[in-house]
Amino acid sequence: MNLEVLGIIVLWIFLFGYVIVASIDFGAGFFNAYSLLTNKSHILSNIIQRYLSPVWEVTNVFLVFFFVGIVGFFPQTAFYYGTVLLVPVSIAIILLAVRGSYYAFESYGSRGHKGYAFAYGVSGLLIPSSLSVVLTISEGGFVDIIDDLPQLDFWALFTSPLTWSIVLLSIASVLYISAVFLTWYAWKAQDWEAHELMRKYALIWAGPLIFMAVAIIIQMQQHNPDRFRNMISIWPMFGISATLFLMTVWLIWKKRGLGLSVGLLILQFLFAFFAYGISHYPYLLYPHLTIYEGFTNQEMAISLVIAFIAGLCLLIPSLYLLFRLFLFNKEYVTGNQKDFHA
Amino acid sequence: MMNESAVFWSRMLTELTLSFHIIYATIGVGVPLMIMIAQWVGMKNNDEHYILLARRITRGFVITVAVGVVTGTAIGLQLSLLWPNFMRLAGQVIALPLFMETFAFFFEAIFLGIYLYTWDRFDNQTKHMLLLIPVAIGASMSAVFITVVNSFMNTPQGFELVNGELVNIQPLVAMFNPSMPTKVAHVLASAYMTSAFLLASIAAFRLLKGSNHIYYKKSLFLMMKLGLIFSIATAVIGDFSGKFLAEYQPEKLAAAEWHFETEEAASLILLGFMDQEENIKLAIRIPYALSILAHGNPMAEVIGLNEFPEDEIPPLYIHYLFNIMVFIGMFMTLVSILYVAGVWRGWQFIKKVWFRWLTVLGGPLSIIAIETGWWLAEVGRQPWILRGYMRTAQGATTSEHVDMMFILFCILYIVLGIGSIVVLSRMYRANPIEQEIQDRMAEVEGGVR
Repeated sequence: MNLEVLGIIVLWIFLFGYVIVASIDFGAGFFNAYSLLTNKSHILSNIIQRYLSPVWEVTNVFLVFFFVGIVGFFPQTAFYYGTVLLVPVSIAIILLAVRGSYYAFESYGSRGHKGYAFAYGVSGLLIPSSLSVVLTISEGGFVDIIDDLPQLDFWALFTSPLTWSIVLLSIASVLYISAVFLTWYAWKAQDWEAHELMRKYALIWAGPLIFMAVAIIIQMQQHNPDRFRNMISIWPMFGISATLFLMTVWLIWKKRGLGLSVGLLILQFLFAFFAYGISHYPYLLYPHLTIYEGFTNQEMAISLVIAFIAGLCLLIPSLYLLFRLFLFNKEYVTGNQKDFHA
Repeated sequence: MMNESAVFWSRMLTELTLSFHIIYATIGVGVPLMIMIAQWVGMKNNDEHYILLARRITRGFVITVAVGVVTGTAIGLQLSLLWPNFMRLAGQVIALPLFMETFAFFFEAIFLGIYLYTWDRFDNQTKHMLLLIPVAIGASMSAVFITVVNSFMNTPQGFELVNGELVNIQPLVAMFNPSMPTKVAHVLASAYMTSAFLLASIAAFRLLKGSNHIYYKKSLFLMMKLGLIFSIATAVIGDFSGKFLAEYQPEKLAAAEWHFETEEAASLILLGFMDQEENIKLAIRIPYALSILAHGNPMAEVIGLNEFPEDEIPPLYIHYLFNIMVFIGMFMTLVSILYVAGVWRGWQFIKKVWFRWLTVLGGPLSIIAIETGWWLAEVGRQPWILRGYMRTAQGATTSEHVDMMFILFCILYIVLGIGSIVVLSRMYRANPIEQEIQDRMAEVEGGVR
C-alpha cells in the first residue's frame, strides 16, 4: 500500500468516527427537543444528559482531526475545497459553535429553556445537512475551474436532486444511529420507558434510511455514470451493509441482543462508508483532484504517519479510560451513584 | 487574479476570530495549571479552601473551554477557507505541528471530561488531581504546537523553493525554526501570567464587593504570587525576543521601536506620537537601551528601517501596540511585587480600596496585553504571510462572500462573548463561596456520600 492510500484510509476512519459519534450527539439533541414538544421530556432528558455530558467535547475533536489531517496529507484540498466551501462550511462552523457552547452553558451554567432546547435540536439536523454538501460537491459537476480557480455553481448545487437526497440521507442516518444507540443505552440504564420510546424511533427511522440510500445509488447513475459503475463493481460491500442493517432491525424488533445491535449498526455503516469511499477512489474532488495529485511530499507524509501512530498510543488508552469510567460503568449509566460533577 | 476586497475581508475575519479566540485560548492554557497548583496546595496543607478554589475555578473553566473549543475549530477551518493558497504551500512544510496539536487537544479534552465528572469519586484525592496533569500538559502543548506554526510564518525554514516547487522538505527543521524558542516561551509564560492575574482580579473584586472571606484572601495571595513569578519570566523572555528579532526579523524590531537609521549605541524610543511627516513627538529616548535590548551591548549596531524596501516594512503603528504590551507587563509586575512584599512585610496600603482596584484592573489589562502582543506579532510580520516567500495578499481566498461571513462571525462572537459572561456570573452568583462552604460542612458532618 502506498502512503497516499494509507493517508486517506486513516482520515476516512476518523471521519467515520465523527459520523457515528456526532450522529448520536445530534440525534440525541433532536429527540430531546422533540420530546419537549410532545411533553415526553421527562422520559428522555436524563438518559441523554448522562450520556452526552462527559463526551461532548470529544465529538468535536474527531472533526478537527479530519480536516487538519486532510490538509496535512493533501494540501491541495485546502486550495480546491477551501476556495469553494467558504459559505457552507462557515455556516456549519457557526452552527457548531452555537451548539457546542450552548450545550456547555446549559449543562454547567443555568438550566432549562424550551426555545434553547428547540434550537439545539434543530441545529443537530442542520449541521449534518450543511456538512454533507461537501460530499455532494466531491461527486463532481458543481465545481468548474475558471482561470485556474475553482468556482462553485451554487445554482446547480441547490437545484440538484442529488444534493437534497444526500441531505435527507444524512438526517435519516443521524436519527437512526442515535435511536439505535440510545435504545441500547436506555436498556443498560434500566430506563424502560426511555428504552421503549427510543426503540420506536429506531424502527421508524430505519425505513427512510434505507430508502434514501437506495435512492442515492440510483441517482448516481444519472449524475455521474463513472462513479455509478464503480459503486456497482463493489456491490458485495453494499450487500453486506444491507444484510447487517436487516439484522439490526430484526434484533431491535425482537428486543434481543441490543448490545450486538449497536455493534452491527456500526459495522453496517462502516461497510457502507468504506464502499462509498472505495468507489470514490482515486478522486478527492471529481474529476479535478485525485489523492495522487493532491498528496504532500514523502517526508511530510512519513512524519505525519509517525505522529499519528504515536498519537494513537496516547489516545487509545485515554479513550478506554473515558469509556470505562462513564459509558461502560454500570453505576454511572444507571445513575445510581452520587453526582461527582465539579 | 487577486481580489482586493477578499484580501481585506479575509484579514479582517482572521483578525476578528484570532482576537476573540485568544482570550479563551489563553485562559485555556493557563488556568489548568492554576487549578492544579491550588488543588496541590490544598492537599499538601490539608486546607479545604484551596481545594474548593480548584473546584470552583474548574466549573467556570468548562465554560471558557467550550468557547475556546468552538472558536478554535473556527480558526482551524478558516485557515483553509480564507488562506487556501497559503495552506496549499505551507501545508507541505508545516502540517506536522498542526496535526500534533489535534492530538494534544484530544488528550486534553478526554481528561478534562474525566476530571470534571470524578470529583470525590476516587477514595484517593491524589488520583483525582493526577488527572489534571494530562489536561495541563495537553493545553500547554496545544499552545506550543500552534505557536510553532506561527513562528514558522515568521522565520520559515526546512525547505527550498526551486522554480516554484518545494523541495528538500524537512518537517522537524521547519518546526524548530529560529523564532520558535522565544515565541513558545513567551506565549506560555504570558498565558500563565494572564490567567493568574485574571483569577487574582476576581478575588480582589469579591473582596471589594463586601465578601471578606478568608477564602478570597488566600486565593488573591496565591494568584498574585504566581502572577509575579510568571510576569518576571515573561519579561526575561521578552528581552530574549528582542535579541532574536534583531538577528532574524530586524524590520519588525525596527518598526516596533521606530528606529529608522542604522546606528551604533542606539537609543530606545518610549511612548510618543508620530505625525503625518513621520516626525516623532513627545517620546522618551533612553540612550543605549535599544542596543542593549537588541544585542546586550550598549555600543552595538542596530539595523534601521531605511535598510529595507518601502514595500517590505510593517505598519509603523505597531509601536503603540508594543508600548501598551510592555507597559502593562511592567505595571503588573510592579503591582504584584508590591502586593507580595506587602503581605510579607505587613504593609497596610495593599489592603486599601485603591490598591484592590489596581488588582482588579490587572485582569482586563493582562487580556489587553495579550491582544496587543498578538496584533504586534501578526501586523509586525506584514506584508508577509510567510516571511520572504509569500505575501499576505497572495495567500488569501478569491471568494466574493468573505464580507458577509465577517458579519455572521461578528454576530456569533458577540453572542458567545455575552453568553459566556452571563453564564459565568450567574453560575457564581447562584452559589457564593459562603453557601458552598456551608453545604460542604453539612455534607461532611451528615456523612452523606
